[in-house]
Amino acid sequence: MAPAVKVYGWAMSPFVARALLCLEEAGVEYELVAMNPEAGDHLRPDFLAKNPFAQVPVLEDGDLTLFESRAIARHVLRKHKPELLAGDGSPEAAAMVAVWLEVEAHQHHAPTDAIIVQCIVVPLRGGVRDQAVVDENVAKLRKVLEVYEARLSASMYLAGDSLTLADLSHFPMMHYFMETEYAALVEELPHVKAWWEELNARPAARRVTAIGVQAADRWAQERGKQ
Amino acid sequence: MTPVKVFGSVAFTNVARVLVCLEEVGADYEIVDIDFHVKEHKSPEHLARNPFGQVPAFQDGDLMLFQSRAISRYVLSKYRTDEVNLLREGSPEESALVDVWLDVEALQYDPAMSSVFFQHRVVPALGGMPDEGIIGESVEKLRKVLDVYEARLTKHRYLAGDFLSLADLSHFPETYYFMEMPYAAVFDSYPRVREWLEDLFARPAIKKVVSLMAKDFSG
Repeated sequence: MAPAVKVYGWAMSPFVARALLCLEEAGVEYELVAMNPEAGDHLRPDFLAKNPFAQVPVLEDGDLTLFESRAIARHVLRKHKPELLAGDGSPEAAAMVAVWLEVEAHQHHAPTDAIIVQCIVVPLRGGVRDQAVVDENVAKLRKVLEVYEARLSASMYLAGDSLTLADLSHFPMMHYFMETEYAALVEELPHVKAWWEELNARPAARRVTAIGVQAADRWAQERGKQ
Repeated sequence: MTPVKVFGSVAFTNVARVLVCLEEVGADYEIVDIDFHVKEHKSPEHLARNPFGQVPAFQDGDLMLFQSRAISRYVLSKYRTDEVNLLREGSPEESALVDVWLDVEALQYDPAMSSVFFQHRVVPALGGMPDEGIIGESVEKLRKVLDVYEARLTKHRYLAGDFLSLADLSHFPETYYFMEMPYAAVFDSYPRVREWLEDLFARPAIKKVVSLMAKDFSG
């Protein structure tokens, strides 16, 4: 029987990876419907009917169609592994998860993304990185990670004593970031480093990484054929 | 019960967001101003509340929170009643749609608007010249977002469905300032979006926060 849950997107997208990570953590069966951005699959009318913003991932769960990866993550965990979203279920615990999920989205994401784009994506497309942009964002990210170091010195995980979506949500972007030469920013902060290594070692994270590597290999093969 | 505390001036969109939620649930609160002119936001005292040195910060007894949409979620959940359930707790499908459209507000709508505000109002105040190229790009981005909103609001009364939620309310602060700029004309082509905004702006909670924002500027 086909799984009730479908994820539409390309596995190399960190946003798709975020959704997959939560499904893997929750042990939910799903089907990844692979899409090709270069073929403009996300711009076709049948996809726009699912997400009018033409972005991936989209998650279909029975009659429910969702987009925005963090909203998808919340839905999957609320339904299948609520302790990863709400800690002990108290308003205070849920609030701390919400705080650090917002921090990921509004403080961590942008500088990390800028560094990944310049150091990985631009060269992959045959361009030359803008070092000024890299330097500006390295300085920003350093300040952000110093806050994380202080927090993780006082607390086992970002939202408190247990792992939550607030931690997991960082995995996809950090995974790419740690492949750049600026991984040192994480490595020089002992608590951030240990926190990252634990995230990266989780079986669900390893599975998502493997899915991404497979997709990247297929992409490289297709490229090689052209 | 001790009133909760909101740290930061209501003139800031992110502070106003939290106040709208407090007004909607009818909670007692106190506003504690943080004086940016003397760099109070970077003081050790404030950094202990918000390690990023930003506003708002929020205190409820021993609980200290920051990031306005996280604070808003906490307030709406803690003070929720059968009548005022703006996160749609108890309905997994409705909650999920609130999460979707709140993220759309935060990651698509808000950045386009705040970029225009920054160029048009903040840059000149700092002695610079607005970058019309950035403004043009941001208005175009906003237009694309409004295309989607118009279609959505033609099918549903509010963004997440036929019920009001945090996803709608969260649009108020940035929109309030945007409407004071000449670029507000971009909304002229979107009748359902305009109706939806008028509906929001007519809410007592929003009118109350608007009056606080007006006082703040004249004070």
